Amino acid sequence: MTDVTLDPTKRGYWTSDQDVRWCPGCGDYGILAAMQFLYADLAADPDTEVSKENTVFVSGIGCAARFPYYMNTYGMHTIHGRAPAIASGLAAARPDLDIWVVGGDGDMLSIGGNHLIHALRRNVNMKILLFNNQIYGLTKGQYSPTSEVGKVTKSTPMGSIDAPFNPLSVAIGAGATFVARTHDLDRKHMMATFKRAHEHRGASFIEIYQNCNVFNDGAFDAVTKRAARDEMMIDLVHGEPITFGAESQRGIVVDNGTAEIVEIADVDSSRLLVHDEGRDDPSLAFALGQLAHDRQSPTPFGVFRQVERPEYTDGVTNQLLAANEQQGPGDLHALLHSGATWDVN
Amino acid sequence: MTDTADRLDAQSIQGVVIRFAGDSGDGMQLTGDRFTSASALAGNDLVTLPEFPAEIRAPQGTLAGVSAFQVHISDHDIHTPGDEPDVLVAMNPAALMSQLGRLKSGGTIILNTDAFDERNLEKCGYEVDPRDNGTLDDYIVHEVPMTSLTLGAVEELDVKKRDAERSKNFFALGLISWMYTRPLEPTIEWVNEKFAKVQTVVDANVMALKAGHAFGETTEMFGDQYEVAAAPNEPGTYTNITGNVATSWGMVAAGQLAKLPVFLGSYPITPASDILHELSRHKNFGVRTFQAEDEIAAAGAALGAAFGGHLAYTTTSGPGVALKGETIGLATSMELPMVIIDVQRGGPSTGLPTKTEASDLFLALYGRHGESPLPVVAAYSPSNCFDMAIEASRLALKYRTPVIYLTDGYLANGAEPWKLPDVDSLPDISVSFTTEPNGDNGEFLPYLRDEIGSRPWAIPGTAGLEHRVGGLEKANVTGNVEYDPDNHGLMTDLRQAKIDGIANDIPLAEVDAVDGAKILLVGWGSTWGSIKAATERLREAGTPTDRVHITHLNPFPSNLGDILRAYDHVIVPELNKGQLIQILRGKYLVDAKGVNKVKGLPFTGGEVVEAVESIVAGTSQGVSL
Repeated sequence: MTDVTLDPTKRGYWTSDQDVRWCPGCGDYGILAAMQFLYADLAADPDTEVSKENTVFVSGIGCAARFPYYMNTYGMHTIHGRAPAIASGLAAARPDLDIWVVGGDGDMLSIGGNHLIHALRRNVNMKILLFNNQIYGLTKGQYSPTSEVGKVTKSTPMGSIDAPFNPLSVAIGAGATFVARTHDLDRKHMMATFKRAHEHRGASFIEIYQNCNVFNDGAFDAVTKRAARDEMMIDLVHGEPITFGAESQRGIVVDNGTAEIVEIADVDSSRLLVHDEGRDDPSLAFALGQLAHDRQSPTPFGVFRQVERPEYTDGVTNQLLAANEQQGPGDLHALLHSGATWDVN
Repeated sequence: MTDTADRLDAQSIQGVVIRFAGDSGDGMQLTGDRFTSASALAGNDLVTLPEFPAEIRAPQGTLAGVSAFQVHISDHDIHTPGDEPDVLVAMNPAALMSQLGRLKSGGTIILNTDAFDERNLEKCGYEVDPRDNGTLDDYIVHEVPMTSLTLGAVEELDVKKRDAERSKNFFALGLISWMYTRPLEPTIEWVNEKFAKVQTVVDANVMALKAGHAFGETTEMFGDQYEVAAAPNEPGTYTNITGNVATSWGMVAAGQLAKLPVFLGSYPITPASDILHELSRHKNFGVRTFQAEDEIAAAGAALGAAFGGHLAYTTTSGPGVALKGETIGLATSMELPMVIIDVQRGGPSTGLPTKTEASDLFLALYGRHGESPLPVVAAYSPSNCFDMAIEASRLALKYRTPVIYLTDGYLANGAEPWKLPDVDSLPDISVSFTTEPNGDNGEFLPYLRDEIGSRPWAIPGTAGLEHRVGGLEKANVTGNVEYDPDNHGLMTDLRQAKIDGIANDIPLAEVDAVDGAKILLVGWGSTWGSIKAATERLREAGTPTDRVHITHLNPFPSNLGDILRAYDHVIVPELNKGQLIQILRGKYLVDAKGVNKVKGLPFTGGEVVEAVESIVAGTSQGVSL
């Protein structure tokens, strides 16, 4: 038998020697497997160059943030909310690296919301995975910034009273150049989505519906359970009219800037929204992101938006090159003598 | 030029303390700075004390809006900006009112009389014009209508009156330059460069400067001109340097000496922002500057860059250090090198952003949760900031640890002549990345320490050394997550021992000693000049006094305890309520006495002398100014 740890095209090569310590049944296992399988696929793909020494996973704090320990790459498990900032510094210093940021809804949207939006605004070349389980897991079950209003938890025995974030709306609002949604039950979809993010130059943002089977079990069942998928999951395909349903009988129209679900039979086919990821104006992507306003509505999955915009670390590199060209290579003696000087003999 | 001829008649003096004061918009910092540069080029020793309000433009003409710049120039070695100014240039009544109390009795006042109208007098609370009621009787007063003379001088230019008036600070500078026989050329050259984009501004400023100079020369108001000769100095090339520029250049130099790219993560904050500005100009050294979204991100980005193999810095002031605390703690746990530069200012909270204080020592030493020891160093003079930036970097790299490097507002903005070091004489602070597995079985052990307790620094991109670091407690040697109680105790001890061991790798404390001294003054940071001046005065007055200045505050030099125990009186002047003294008393059990000042200002030499005398006489157990 060959040693899978020596074959980059095998999942085992990308798996660290650490025991995975998530709760049995946690959605995180599926996401981890998808990532390890993706890297095995990427290694097998002659058009893609990946290596474990050039790959870094950076995380904050929370259940999801244990992720880097389980990837046989470089990794940093940092502090609550700060992963996008720490990864931004790493990327600016080392634009040669393949960097992923992993965090949960509390990590990314509560304590670290500021860093998330600024990483997206700057368009730093990294892939940001937001494991959205709509609950605080590691601290044992408080409501999160993505929990639905009225959520009864240990910290909200009478129900939560604050409105949740829609992660995609936050990302699109922050100017993200790649925005997608996937879910932990569909490895193929996750792998395809992660791959698209990996190919994107700039900051990629992926919301992953992730089930916390201990503190918020079944949060996404109404949408992502196999039996529900046909009617509840809207598959976004670039250049195609958006349709869904067992008979592809439903579609989307945009009326006064709002995306609405319609029966295709009821509308003129020219009114059906054709998905365009590359549309520069973010308003349609935003409207699609707003479509699923609760956990019982049909919900779009896939790539909402992918546009080109100058990437931050390229800007950093270009300025270094320009300074070198304009001022010449740094000369310490010359720097120290650059002000007015006088001699004492 | 006329000024060379003038020198023949100038009266020689040993030194002078001049204080320029005016409204925030009057350009007093620039005026002081230019006078300082011209004096530096003339070879004087000098020390400066810029003082400005936190507001960019406080209401015009009010006491709150007064901005001042004090400069002490001398023909001999000096250490302070001077206890009392000899000369006060007051551009308006508010400047006069707020600064008069500082002026030496019998000192000289130069007033811009154009600003002494009823409205301006009222704004600062003068009920009667101080020129008319005897307030200024003890001083030599020169009344000069600077605004109207400036307007007259630039009349031929096509500039609006409001703009032309703005050149009046150059008139004042021209006048003072005449009085103290300073050449105008360096300033003219500087104006040409600085305002190159707007020729009328260049012309107006140069005309005003020359007009001020000519006014001094042609009116009989001023009598003598004075000359302060060059201070005898070691041979070499000198430049005039502020602490923030010295720190910035030290960071660039450290990158070169470590053969590593420099990364600065920073968020603008007074009085540290100038370091970010200065470093951003030197990208040709491979310096990356990252203006982060907040203080936390600035520290985080630096830590990320450190993981990537850069020489990483974050620059800030006290409030920023408070925010960065968790990240600094992570760096102590990850054992990655980074330097946190704290340009201290008055606190607590927003406090006095533009004023100096040295009250972050406890914050630097203890401002993190858990047992998280790290080295702390402090600069003692503007030029020393260059050396300490390199020293902080050396310790961080060698011991894979965050290092806090303390300066303060007084050092940051203050200037002094600096004998430029020979670049080849600077220390090699380079370290090696780990590139090969270090385990017996060909595995990589990220927490296998070397003989000084440092762990390997293996950076992404190095094949075979892939590893994960984090803030969870790590198993000794392997670095894997580990909750075992004994392992936590061991790791805590190992981290502490590594930092404690640095005591063997820093210079011993050196005492500036004289025969028969029973008094020891102990200082740290920017009090160096005041304490040195006080020591010299005490000696001149017949009280033998010794002095030691601590640059390494954690760990301390290994001989510090023996030094402290050798004196009858150990006196610790600090610009806080007694932080170093508490550590010295706790660690070395010496009955040290404090001299403390928290007023946003440095000590004057006289304050320290008086405090020492009262403590030694037994009339006081410690002095709070």
